[in-house]
Amino acid sequence: MTDLLEVDDVKVRFPVGGGFLTSLGIGPAPSIEAVAGVSLRVKQGETYAVVGESGSGKTTLARAVAGLLTAQEGSIRFQGTELRGLPESQFRPHRRHMAMMFQDPVGSLSPRLTIKYLITEPYRIHGLKDRDLDAEARRLLEMVGLPGEFAQRYPYQLSGGQARRVGVARALALDPKLILADEPTAGLDVSVQGELLNLLSDLRDRLGVAMMVITHNLNVVRHIADRVGIMYLGRLVEEGPTEAVFAGPKHPYTLALLAANPEPDPDAVLDRIELKGEPPSLLKRPAACEFHNRCPFVQDNCAVDTPGWQAVAADHHHRCHWPRS
Amino acid sequence: MAEPLLDIRDLSVHYKTPRGDLKALRQVNLAIPTGKIVGVVGESGCGKSTLISAILRLMSPNAQVAGGRIGFKGEDLLALSEERMRALRGKEISIVFQDPMQAHNPVLTIGRQMADIQYRDGTSAAEKRRHAAAMLGQVGIPDPQMRLDQYPHEFSGGMRQRIAIAMALMARPALLIADEPTTALDATLEVQVIHKLKALQADYGCSILFISHHLGVIAELCDQVVVMYAGEVVEQGSVREVFHAPQHPYTRRLLACDPGRIKERTRTLPTIPGEVPDLAALPRGCVFRERCHDAIERCATEHPAWRSLSDGHHAACHIAGQAGGKDQ
Repeated sequence: MTDLLEVDDVKVRFPVGGGFLTSLGIGPAPSIEAVAGVSLRVKQGETYAVVGESGSGKTTLARAVAGLLTAQEGSIRFQGTELRGLPESQFRPHRRHMAMMFQDPVGSLSPRLTIKYLITEPYRIHGLKDRDLDAEARRLLEMVGLPGEFAQRYPYQLSGGQARRVGVARALALDPKLILADEPTAGLDVSVQGELLNLLSDLRDRLGVAMMVITHNLNVVRHIADRVGIMYLGRLVEEGPTEAVFAGPKHPYTLALLAANPEPDPDAVLDRIELKGEPPSLLKRPAACEFHNRCPFVQDNCAVDTPGWQAVAADHHHRCHWPRS
Repeated sequence: MAEPLLDIRDLSVHYKTPRGDLKALRQVNLAIPTGKIVGVVGESGCGKSTLISAILRLMSPNAQVAGGRIGFKGEDLLALSEERMRALRGKEISIVFQDPMQAHNPVLTIGRQMADIQYRDGTSAAEKRRHAAAMLGQVGIPDPQMRLDQYPHEFSGGMRQRIAIAMALMARPALLIADEPTTALDATLEVQVIHKLKALQADYGCSILFISHHLGVIAELCDQVVVMYAGEVVEQGSVREVFHAPQHPYTRRLLACDPGRIKERTRTLPTIPGEVPDLAALPRGCVFRERCHDAIERCATEHPAWRSLSDGHHAACHIAGQAGGKDQ
């Protein structure tokens, strides 16, 4: 399999506050690094999950890949073409091949437009006027398991699960190579969540589409992702095949996340790992290993030396001086 | 057994709509014993939010109580004057909402907001501030004195939710309602908030009504669980009994759907095919019949009664209590 998406050392900074001197243009403008050097590969037809707590930069990363915001440094290559720095007019033909599914399913559908209009809008945007929009709307709705008459409905007439399906239908309109799905199951009930995940797995098998899934739900990751990357403060701290990471997490943060997942069994014996303190502010990043002040296994050198990106296996890496065995 | 703190009997709430009455809650029975944590699970649209608004009597204008009572400390909340009800809200019954990012006023400091809600106490400003700092410390916010002068945006999501819990508990309420308080948080912070809630509940001896659709959180936190479907309570019992020996077919299916229970990677996750019935045009008989694998003839004609199966374990199903079931 070839690499569809190649992300190398990408950094995304946002300007913050600043005082009087900054407003006069004196001194450096303060900024936070929401994505602080992320490298990853998504192969054709593969599902890659990015996991991390809110504020870890995972949504920012997805938006940078889709060109919805600008990465200041690094390289984002999609189907072999460098996308970073392309002006919107030149980016647009590439964006046809990647589709974004947004977090809030109902909020991402304009309330005054019909479902047919919403899911066929990509054809209008990309100037594909010759298509039979009625037939396309029916085809797309069918693909996501909704009846064709939904084309005439408005978003408020949909349940949460149906709105997600419409979001998937819209993402599929231009036959994308890559779907960027931001928290595809947030706020869904377990039974509806299962339906949506089954749909995504099924589409991947049928259409061979690759997916980058942003989520904090580990139960979702286990069932749909081929590979997983764990983010902390804008950096990957571990990456590997889903099974390998779940079976043998190396970074203490990965271990804590996996152990924290509440079990739906009142008698479950839980081997929890308590993290100290709060996630640090991006304005005050800890020195050396950025996890050291919360890490239950911290050693002397963790506050002094920055751990490198180390390999456990050819496809399993972590950023820790004292990996778990 | 002592009388429960909150005792809801046969509560029905309808919404007036152009299509006719939407029967959002029908003959709901639910009891919360003093000092216990009771979880409510069910899919969106099952009536969880209507239930909360009915207890607090903060219902939308088109809602109508069609019957039943909400017993609280021996009184019927539905019969109280608006004045009495206002005195109860925030003092005897308080609530923590789902979204910690929007629970606080962004332009006032946390200290100011925590002092403001002590308006009933008649204490000095210094005393209010001391109390506020002590509460922040209790929910694990470091340097509480200093943090009182900060604004909501200076706290992380997990901290804001703990502050919301601190504020809800300040007046030492008898009942705390928590409406999906952890859905906006990731796994490590979720566990932190749950542990904090459990520890505070033990200290304060209050009862908690905990709404969630995360079954793992319910299993970990609650003493009892109430399962709702399409506006009805279909099962209530101890967490252990309901999770290990669910009696209503809907409960069994819901538990089977939880991806947290499925350790092996699967191609196809279980689901509950079909749709929730239209609450404005309810079918005869059992509301779950159309999606139920175990339905018998009687289910089409006769609405199942709320039956006691064993001490404290109830279900509304004709075949509950009989061994087996196709879903097991």
